[in-house]
Amino acid sequence: MINRNPQLDKNRILQHLLTTEGLPASILLQILDTAESFVGVTERDVKKVPLLRGKSIFNLFFEPSTRTRTTFEIAAKRLSADVFNLNIAVSAQTKGETLLDTVDNLSAMNADMFVVRHAQSGAAHLIAKHVKPGIHVINAGDGRHAHPTQALLDMFTIRRYKKEFHNLRIAIVGDIMHSRVARSQIHALTTLGVPEVRVIAPRTLLPGKVERLGVHVFHDMREGLKDIDVLMMLRLQKERMQGALLPSSEEYFKYYGLTQEKLKLARPDAIVMHPGPMNRGVEIDSAVADGNQSVILPQVTYGIAVRMAVMSILAGHQI
Amino acid sequence: MNILIRNGRLVDPKSGMDGIQDVYVADGKILAVGSLPAAFHPDHVLDASDLVVCPGLIDLSVRLREPGLEYKATLESEMNAAISGGVTSFACPPDTDPPLDEPGLVEMLKHRAKNLNQAQVYPIGALTQGLKGEHLTEMAELRDAGCIVFGQPNGFLTNLRILMQAMQYASTFGFSVWLSPQDKNLAHDGVAHDGEVATRLGLPAIPVCAETVAISNIILLAKEIDVHIHLCRISSAEGLTMVRAARQQGMSITCDVAINHLHLSDMDIGYFNSNCHIMPPLRGFGDRDALRNGLRDGTINAICSDHAPVDEDAKLLPFGQSEVGATGVELLLPLTLKYGLEMKRPLVEVLAAITSEPASVLNIDAGYLSPGVTADLCIFDPDVYWKVSATTLLSQGKNTPFLGMEVQGKVRYTLVNGHIVYESEG
Repeated sequence: MINRNPQLDKNRILQHLLTTEGLPASILLQILDTAESFVGVTERDVKKVPLLRGKSIFNLFFEPSTRTRTTFEIAAKRLSADVFNLNIAVSAQTKGETLLDTVDNLSAMNADMFVVRHAQSGAAHLIAKHVKPGIHVINAGDGRHAHPTQALLDMFTIRRYKKEFHNLRIAIVGDIMHSRVARSQIHALTTLGVPEVRVIAPRTLLPGKVERLGVHVFHDMREGLKDIDVLMMLRLQKERMQGALLPSSEEYFKYYGLTQEKLKLARPDAIVMHPGPMNRGVEIDSAVADGNQSVILPQVTYGIAVRMAVMSILAGHQI
Repeated sequence: MNILIRNGRLVDPKSGMDGIQDVYVADGKILAVGSLPAAFHPDHVLDASDLVVCPGLIDLSVRLREPGLEYKATLESEMNAAISGGVTSFACPPDTDPPLDEPGLVEMLKHRAKNLNQAQVYPIGALTQGLKGEHLTEMAELRDAGCIVFGQPNGFLTNLRILMQAMQYASTFGFSVWLSPQDKNLAHDGVAHDGEVATRLGLPAIPVCAETVAISNIILLAKEIDVHIHLCRISSAEGLTMVRAARQQGMSITCDVAINHLHLSDMDIGYFNSNCHIMPPLRGFGDRDALRNGLRDGTINAICSDHAPVDEDAKLLPFGQSEVGATGVELLLPLTLKYGLEMKRPLVEVLAAITSEPASVLNIDAGYLSPGVTADLCIFDPDVYWKVSATTLLSQGKNTPFLGMEVQGKVRYTLVNGHIVYESEG
């Protein structure tokens, strides 16, 4: 059985963005370079370019999201596309329509691109496999699997602040087990040549055989933060406290929350990132989140340029 | 009807016979093997030159989806699939809707199956009412209705006291207890083996200990009770080691492996192939190799298809939401042959795992060839290749991880009770 990477066509051109895994560094860099050219656009007075004029982009959100959906919407509108937001969590699916029925119906309305978020890992792959050639799918987060545009905007931010990837030590801290962001970050970082990627978490929040993804595992945050250039914090969902994964958010904060004091263990010029939304006082202290090493707000700004880049590349516009 | 099966390569695992022999069938039974009996006049002669003649295959797990789940498959479609795969007897798990927990349901199933005059159906009675793991079923009544063993296919009982009592009650009547060793709490919401693949794909994982903890509990309870235990679908190397040790200590325990686990690992999930969403989950390479060796050393008694036809729409969903199961009864023979070829094992040995061995697990008088036994036969061409596809499969379920693959070995004739119930073109 041949398992061709479903994101690339036979000429190895990007057709869908489903995960950062398996994409060559050249494509990741092409997205980052294209995003650089859009940063200027987003800072202009008139923030629009006509690259996707006449294209229909459907935001298909099967899971509630405000921030990610909004940044995709802004990105699409700045490219002059027509954007349609569908909050499926409260519409068709509750009436019994299947995922692929929904996609078929929207395809019949001449959709050019789908931006999909779904609670199940693999949902974006399923849609990408199902749609007709010429329709592109962007994964905006599927279950615990992938969130490639978040990882790409993180890579963009790192490159802006650190210039190169090949001399960095990077730590990802928190709930790796349930995090699509962490998985996409790990694949992007290792592909771009970061020599040392660490994950720091208690054992209940690490998936099996995580070291096979090419990361070094630390359970002691103080040890894991030594000599680190970039700290990537993860959001800890409140429901993780309800089962037996963690005893309390207080204990979590004490051992895995990022404070000014722990940040001192990293390199003095280390930057602090977070995909948002933050739980202040759970995974990150306000003093760090708002401190001068934090690049959390620039991440959000760059997110728009990166999503513009992904959309324009998928639509066939190379900058 | 008298049938002469001429010039075939007769393979009978029970006696160890493997050679060119004629078989004479009369009045539904095998009359003789080898030399022509006196006064035998065949009504029909089957030329079996270049074909293998073996006992009809016995499959320890075929879901007919009746009663209640006819949208997935029907008795007719699946019985037809079974005989086209050379399967002449099979055990049928009780996870229907409603489950096979009442004598009336079992009688109806037996009756409907019998009217089709195809394979012999052996319903596995539900061990507990509604398979809920709370109250025992009327096992003796169910036996009278046609159940010969009792099982709990939807996962291992969480309440060990009830499991112990079910074993005690079953052993009172000498019934064996068939269990799927997977601890529900440890398996939780998992859909794939806890390893690199599940981690990469972000799929909730099922650790190997979900199997080993269940096996350990089953073994400890069964030792006290002296009941025969059959473990359905072993998936891990460690689980296998535990079964081997228990048997060495003299315990009466058997187990089977599904064709899927014998050939595949979690790597085959690829990019979320929902046809690989099966239970227990496909595990690592090391586990698969251990299962292949466990079959060789006899720790695993039988290969089954774990046939579970699923409605196509139920597989067109994200992996974790897709329905569990794979169609397989038509692949039991070719995938067993594939295993034999890959392991360089003689045909007469590997065929035992789908004929004489499962017969002995089920404790039925079948799965071998000698004068006087019911003429259930499978005659196949070992050299023909065919492609597994939605059109070549007769089962209503087209969902299998082997879709699109070329397999070797095709059934030419299936005989049940001395009647040719299936015949395909050469």
